[in-house]
Amino acid sequence: MSATVTAEQVQPVVYDALAEIGPDRDQITNDATWEELDVDSLDLAELSQVVEEKFGVRLKGDDVAQIKTVGEAIDLIVARAG
Amino acid sequence: MALETVTEPSAPGGARTREGCALVTGGSRGIGAAVARALAADGWPVALTYRSGADAARAVADGIEGDAVALEADVTAPEAAETLLAEAEERLGPVAVLVNNAGVRADGLAVQLDDEQWDAVLATNLTAAFRLTRRALRGMVRRRHGRVINIASVVGPRANPGQANYAASKAGLIGMTKTIAVEVARRGVTVNAIAPGFITTDMTAELPEDVLGEIPARRAGRPEDVAACVRFLASDEAAYVTGTVLTVDGGLSA
Repeated sequence: MSATVTAEQVQPVVYDALAEIGPDRDQITNDATWEELDVDSLDLAELSQVVEEKFGVRLKGDDVAQIKTVGEAIDLIVARAG
Repeated sequence: MALETVTEPSAPGGARTREGCALVTGGSRGIGAAVARALAADGWPVALTYRSGADAARAVADGIEGDAVALEADVTAPEAAETLLAEAEERLGPVAVLVNNAGVRADGLAVQLDDEQWDAVLATNLTAAFRLTRRALRGMVRRRHGRVINIASVVGPRANPGQANYAASKAGLIGMTKTIAVEVARRGVTVNAIAPGFITTDMTAELPEDVLGEIPARRAGRPEDVAACVRFLASDEAAYVTGTVLTVDGGLSA
């Protein structure tokens, strides 16, 4: 884990995790909403787990409730890791 | 439907077709010991926990033909879930089956139960089971397979004077089972409860004989009767069974 985590590092991890969880890879963009991707709270809990294991960033229930798009998730992870 | 990868079982019996191990809390005696043996007979490497019965726990583990370890733990300690799961994973592989069996009782009429008796029973029977489940689910959900089996009781859904704390903990365990089952069902993880009736163990040794007259089967259950149900729920065959309570009581609740 590097001292500064960048969006460029986080994005592929988030995209890969989401693709494994359910959505088609080509649907996943930074602007995509969870609703558009058919991603629910269980999926986000799993994404949070992957993020925690990879970047040491703990996303709690409240955090997850605030973010609505893939891009917002990436931004939050970068902000928390810094 | 594509077949999942099949791994060789580590002991004769062969019902286990998955990687990983089983973790059984309260495995030094009674139902827990019988469960550990039954899962081992199906090929599961087994980690069983004990709080004070070290010799008994090791005897159970040593008596098992396959891989088995006895782990000391007070399941009510906040760090116990992390410590136990980590140690079981390191020694036997990912925990694919969690049996929340550790349970205590501290009986008294509600008007006389003190806070300590209430708290102790809820802490072991319910809170510890939740924490262990929470920790075990992380891996199970990611691996798209798991079995959580909570040993509840017919007491809870049924009244039993002198056991308001025990009843609350077991009824709570059943409620918890159902909700968590629904949360994780689509990840191939099943969560079920078993409700034993009167089973001959240290916990029921003091119970009066006339209780037997109320049981349609006219006998107390054996730990092996409960273990057989755990064995089924832990198996691949039970993949469509989740969020339910399997009652093992000789007809008592019917």
